[in-house]
Amino acid sequence: MVEIENKEEKFRELEKYMEEVNYDPSMLINILHKAQEIFLWLPQEVMEFIAEKLKIPKSRVRGVVTFYNFFSTKPVGKIQIKVCLGTACYVKGGDKVMERFLDELGLENPGDVTPDGMFSVHDVRCVGACSMAPVVLIGEGDFYGRMSPDKVPRLVKKYKKIAEEMKAGGKA
Amino acid sequence: MKEIRICAGGACVAAGEFAVKGALVKALKDKGLLSEYKIIETGCMGMCSRGPFMVIDDVVYSQLNQSAVKEIVEKHLVGGQIVDKYLMKTPEGKTVEKAFKEHDFYKKQVKIVTRNLGIINPKNIDDYIERDGYKALEKVLKEMKPEEVIEEIKKSGLRGRGGAGFPTGLKWEFAAKQKSDTKYMVCNADEGDPGAFMDRAVLEGDPHAVLEGMAIAAYAIGAKKGFIYVRAEYPMAIERLRTAIKQAKERRFLGENILETDFSFDIEIRIGAGAFVCGEETALMASIMGERGQPRVRPPYPVEKGLWGKPTVINNVETLANIAWIIRNGWQEFRKYGTEKSPGTKVFALAGKVKNTGLVEVPLGITLRELIFDIGGGVPNGKKLKAVQTGGPSGGVIPASKIDTPIDYESLTALGTIMGSGGVIVLDEDDCMVDVAKFFLEFTVNESCGKCTPCREGTRTMYEILDRITKGEGTMEDIDTLEELAVVVKETSLCGLGQTAPNPVLTTLRYFRDEYIAHVKEKICPAKKCRDLISYVIDPDKCTGCTACKIVCPTKAIEGELNKVHVIHQDLCIRCGSCMDVCRFDAIYKVTPPLKVDTKV
Ligand SMILES: Cc1cc2nc3c(=O)[nH]c(=O)nc-3n(C[C@H](O)[C@H](O)[C@H](O)COP(=O)(O)O)c2cc1C
Ligand code: SF4
Ligand code: SF4
Ligand code: FES
Ligand code: FES
Repeated sequence: MVEIENKEEKFRELEKYMEEVNYDPSMLINILHKAQEIFLWLPQEVMEFIAEKLKIPKSRVRGVVTFYNFFSTKPVGKIQIKVCLGTACYVKGGDKVMERFLDELGLENPGDVTPDGMFSVHDVRCVGACSMAPVVLIGEGDFYGRMSPDKVPRLVKKYKKIAEEMKAGGKA
Repeated sequence: MKEIRICAGGACVAAGEFAVKGALVKALKDKGLLSEYKIIETGCMGMCSRGPFMVIDDVVYSQLNQSAVKEIVEKHLVGGQIVDKYLMKTPEGKTVEKAFKEHDFYKKQVKIVTRNLGIINPKNIDDYIERDGYKALEKVLKEMKPEEVIEEIKKSGLRGRGGAGFPTGLKWEFAAKQKSDTKYMVCNADEGDPGAFMDRAVLEGDPHAVLEGMAIAAYAIGAKKGFIYVRAEYPMAIERLRTAIKQAKERRFLGENILETDFSFDIEIRIGAGAFVCGEETALMASIMGERGQPRVRPPYPVEKGLWGKPTVINNVETLANIAWIIRNGWQEFRKYGTEKSPGTKVFALAGKVKNTGLVEVPLGITLRELIFDIGGGVPNGKKLKAVQTGGPSGGVIPASKIDTPIDYESLTALGTIMGSGGVIVLDEDDCMVDVAKFFLEFTVNESCGKCTPCREGTRTMYEILDRITKGEGTMEDIDTLEELAVVVKETSLCGLGQTAPNPVLTTLRYFRDEYIAHVKEKICPAKKCRDLISYVIDPDKCTGCTACKIVCPTKAIEGELNKVHVIHQDLCIRCGSCMDVCRFDAIYKVTPPLKVDTKV
């Protein structure tokens, strides 16, 4: 079981949003987006909380969460690296960029998290910046276009430093 | 006040538009010019690969950074001199000042849907109004009956731009005829094709055009409530839509009693969550209602039984962005562009192996050659065009030999592909057609919602066969099986996803069967793309021993001393290609079939 930090505060924020949308079950997906924004992923107890508040079966929440690629039911890294594998990025070598990130971080598969919990690498399908292919998004929206595998080690170094600072600053 | 425009479209923001704007403000301030200029941050200016852009008196500056902006302010604004080095160039290397009028990329374009992109500030409703925005809505509400609106759109011949090309006026008519107190108007902004960004550009660059189109449609069919379903991958589009809806409500273009008439219409945003199938209309409706986005059998069509069982019209972003223009200019004007059966224009997102990548709007009926060579500037790096992929995972490839085909719904279908929503990926001689087919099949396997067996199991088996072939383990029977399966999946799947999923396989087999056979019989990949069928090799005559490749190789497969010829240990090489990317002496090349693992070359 993964500990959630600042749990109460986060649940309050989520409930506030649900209140804004009048606990409307048809807003479930928007609510899950909000929840994932707050918690970074969707722990079991968050899904149960939502089901309870919307007065819908837990199975429905779970069914929706597992259906959509955007939602994650396992923890993700504090710094997420998203490598675009849309068509434009793929034909320009996005797959090789992905592989290099995994390799540099010692990860087996997309979705895995580094042991220190800081990094995870994910594939995304087109972020609409195809003319800059291949494209990588890191963290809160740092954007890197025209990537190539050989540029990866330097980037990883840069973000490892940021990760160290986050850890030192108590943010992690 | 004089105007300076900078592109704040998605690609340019990613390329550093924010810093450019900051530098511009600072430079203007330093020169005491800040009060004389109005800085307008616009939507996509088109040639996204050359951003960030800045436009002063029609002079277009490209690929800017902070110091470039400073220099332009000093020389152009203060000194009155155009700064050549930041101008755009023709493929022949000639600079063009007024690129939006003079550059080949822009010359053949006709701007209906993208009429305001690169011109107005999408965050400011006044900019939209100034360019005749919401005039069509006013005209419709005050002068036209719903039937007349429908008649106008029918006569225009506008066809849905979301992929299927269904006549928009007809769809509206079906919905209008339904007797129901509640109806819904939905905008499909899911843009699922993973290599396309037309809808994103319109939503971000001219959101009011979409809102106005929706309001007109709602009036025509009798809907009071609308939804825009946007994919979650487009946060900026969502934000701009929110702003636009708020502003439109304040000005009474949306909400209760619009423009003091009896007509009321409100729009809500619903966000997708990364499922391609949700672009399909019945799945999209399930998703709007907060459920798993699984398609259902049609009929009943959404126009009869849609959201919460009520008549619902679903239109694509681009379809809707045409509407106000047609109402204002008349159907005759619209029909001046395009062909008899495919009137008007189409927005394409040009990407892949083409010099000028970006967003283009052209009259339907122009040829692929014009699109790729005249507008796109052809294939870069002296490579040869091999094929063009349209329609994303639901479409197919068109071989280079067929690029004189006009772009219209029927011609593309005859080639085995589809118009799709407008993604155009240009492929060159380095692209392997079996690999391309595999790429799309992998996508559909992941995206199949799993409801029906042919799609779920069929695409998986097809993927597995393609995977074997790209590894050099395929047989000739595999090719036959692949072809048979493709037909079964196409004919028996429940929704459009499954019905179109085999298109990439069928078209590559139709036009590039030799390539499949080469993988199977000779175990070679003619394009030298498929990893298991190639080796990287260093040419001892060209290698200078600079060590760059050795440093970058992730598996330490390269050996060599400074200034001496390097070698790649084939047993360690994982064929990631990093070394080839960094070698500045062209000393690394690929061979197929692969070398035996114990060779050092
Ligand atoms: C698998 C699948 C994905 C689709 N994705 C989209 C999409 O991303 N955007 C879109 O507008 N239409 C998409 N469509 C087409 C819609 O189902 C629908 O035909 C369209 O939104 C109707 O609008 P139009 O008539 O204005 O084109 C998709 C269809 C299928 C079968
Ligand atoms: S064709 Fe595929 S996506 Fe469509 S319903 Fe069947 S399984 Fe789902
Ligand atoms: S990068 Fe090229 S030139 Fe330099 S050592 Fe490697 S193969 Fe030789
Ligand atoms: S394919 Fe990567 S941004 Fe579009
Ligand atoms: S986003 Fe700036 S030109 Fe397309």
